Amino acid sequence: MHLLVCGGTGCRASESSLILESLKRELEEKGLGNEVQVIMTGCFGFCEKGPVVKVMPDNTFYVQVKPEDAAVIVAEHVIKGRPVQRLLYVDPKSKEHVPDSKHMGFYRKQIRIALRNCGFINPENIDEYIAREGYSALGKCISEFTAADVIDIIKKSGLRGRGGAGFPTGLKWEIASKNKADQKYVVCNADEGDPGAFMDRSVLEGDPHSILEAMAICGYAISASKGLIYIRAEYPLAIQRLKIAIAQAREYGLLGKNIFGSDFSFDIDLRYGAGAFVCGEETALIHSMEGMRGEPTNKPPFPAESGFLGKPSNVNNVETFASVPVIITKGWEWFSAIGTEKSKGTKVFALAGKINNVGLIEVPMGTTLREIIFEIGGGIKNGKKFKAVQTGGPSGGCLTEKHLDTPIDFDNLVAAGSMMGSGGMIVMDEDDCMVSIAKFFLEFTVEESCGKCAPCRIGNKRLHELLTSITKGNGTMADLDRLKNMSNVIKDTALCGLGQTSPNPVLSTLNNFMDEYVAHVTEKRCPAGSCRELMKYSIIVDKCVGCTACARGCPVNAISGERKGPHFIDQEKCIKCGACFEKCKFGAVLIN
Amino acid sequence: MSSIKIELRQEDLNKIHEICDSFNNEPLELINILHRTQEHFGYLPAEVQEAIADKLNISTAQVYGVVTFYSFFTMTPKGKHPISICMGTACYVRGAEKVLDEFKKELAIQVGQTTPDGKFSLSSLRCVGACGLAPVVLVGNKTYGRVAPDDVKVILKEYE
Repeated sequence: MHLLVCGGTGCRASESSLILESLKRELEEKGLGNEVQVIMTGCFGFCEKGPVVKVMPDNTFYVQVKPEDAAVIVAEHVIKGRPVQRLLYVDPKSKEHVPDSKHMGFYRKQIRIALRNCGFINPENIDEYIAREGYSALGKCISEFTAADVIDIIKKSGLRGRGGAGFPTGLKWEIASKNKADQKYVVCNADEGDPGAFMDRSVLEGDPHSILEAMAICGYAISASKGLIYIRAEYPLAIQRLKIAIAQAREYGLLGKNIFGSDFSFDIDLRYGAGAFVCGEETALIHSMEGMRGEPTNKPPFPAESGFLGKPSNVNNVETFASVPVIITKGWEWFSAIGTEKSKGTKVFALAGKINNVGLIEVPMGTTLREIIFEIGGGIKNGKKFKAVQTGGPSGGCLTEKHLDTPIDFDNLVAAGSMMGSGGMIVMDEDDCMVSIAKFFLEFTVEESCGKCAPCRIGNKRLHELLTSITKGNGTMADLDRLKNMSNVIKDTALCGLGQTSPNPVLSTLNNFMDEYVAHVTEKRCPAGSCRELMKYSIIVDKCVGCTACARGCPVNAISGERKGPHFIDQEKCIKCGACFEKCKFGAVLIN
Repeated sequence: MSSIKIELRQEDLNKIHEICDSFNNEPLELINILHRTQEHFGYLPAEVQEAIADKLNISTAQVYGVVTFYSFFTMTPKGKHPISICMGTACYVRGAEKVLDEFKKELAIQVGQTTPDGKFSLSSLRCVGACGLAPVVLVGNKTYGRVAPDDVKVILKEYE
């Protein structure tokens, strides 16, 4: 028997390391320290109910565990074999305790390929990775396949880049392999900048060796001897685990000179980002690795011809690499049997926002949004109504009710006016104002634009200004046309992927929620009730008892009225701070 | 370059040289050098940037260009307890903006500023990857999850 404690970022923030210590201490005290292992693993994905502890081999899944629960887990479950009922996950529909993770709605539809080891192994121990067929794919490539064979397998598998654009990975490798040079580079893009997406982080924290192995396989395929991982400095835990993993792999001879006794040599170094979203773009990333400002340059030349230090470089995203070793061990036939016609395999999504089960999920391509949101995600929080789901982060768009049954893959998402992006999926309910959401993303783009090309630097700023003015009730119908035209110009003329996709949140909300924009402009009303400047506070005379609490709480003295008589709000003076609403104990303040 | 004027002591200069030397004074390593230097000094004032530029034999403008490009680098000292509010999308839709407003109100500073007593500084960051705990606030290395505007006073009290 062993106990797995989630060591993902969410659970660690909820002090899961204390749970680990308490479990170890309890086991020691009971003399079971040598028999029952306690392991801190990577993310289980079910972040909503963290911290999570899983008991193997029976898959008992304990949620919201506290350090003081360690005693009862050891005394009851470990010693007497009786699962602790109160810590089990309760199915929200049937209200029954679910005995193991296999029966949880959250996991039932998932197929875990990129996340195969996350939540199963100790990421700081290479032996556990090896025990789950780790590094056997690299061994197989070196001993059985030529470089061309490896590229052929990846091409046939149909694997496409998981970073956003969905470029066929095998083809990318082939191009890099054909460019001759004395030195080539394999680059792993771990600059996960999309706010709300955290799959790359989870793979790096939960299964770092899979990335090292895949990069070595790529190095073998394109004849590169050097790998670089460009990782965000905001991910200290992932950095630490990568450093440990690299040191262990070197010690085992799985990185370094003459791997597996062959004449193939490959080693990996880390490079740190410093907080710039645009560095996820591959040319910008390469400049950043060279110690410069992370500004993108025109393509061609593509990195495959002239990349890091002007040498051919193959850049792939973390999740893409994570899928590579299994494709080699299980075969391309197996991988390409999963998914849709043009998008093979699985995709990891970070499900967040107004949804019951926030977490990291991995589903076959072709799964519908309805299955993801209502089955895996457990529906909308607090029984509210589903309004939209934003995919693809700041470069993506909003999908609505009418898209719920679309099978999700690279091409269908683009056709629906959004994109796959890195896999962030933010669910929104009836209280979210779509104009504000568009404004939120533009604010992000304006901040993150590198400033090199005018359409992105100036155009996005103008878009943001227009959106701000609309949310304040100063917009006109002509502004809506202006928004649309300017968005299209930016899309067509910006230099890199950031600028070309930045108007997407505006265009997709204009397409799907035009009525909301119109309400802001013509009626000066925010239908979701979230734009502060458009709110109108008034006092219901019948309910007002004249306690004067609101008048005393008002910072601008906008409320008048006699004691024990009805009060009134002077709309001219009101700054819409909401203090009166909070102060009134009788529900007499009305918000429109 | 910066309104803050500091006098670099010999030991500070030695430290900068030591960091640059550990990266073989290689301009390609500029970002790594800046990370290490900021770890040591807490921020990257103009004088420190000049010293790095001298040592690496590159222009101060190049160093300044990199420092100001990346949001991780700062030219003003952070507070003793740096407060960061996650403004990732997941936190935003769960009310991070209201939490941020509350911090601004309580501390009477804006994002990017430090309180006059040097105790707190306020910044917003994009996604710490703990979306299950949204909205998330970091004070130093401590993470606070599911923060509501009402919790702000309670959190600040912990550091009084």
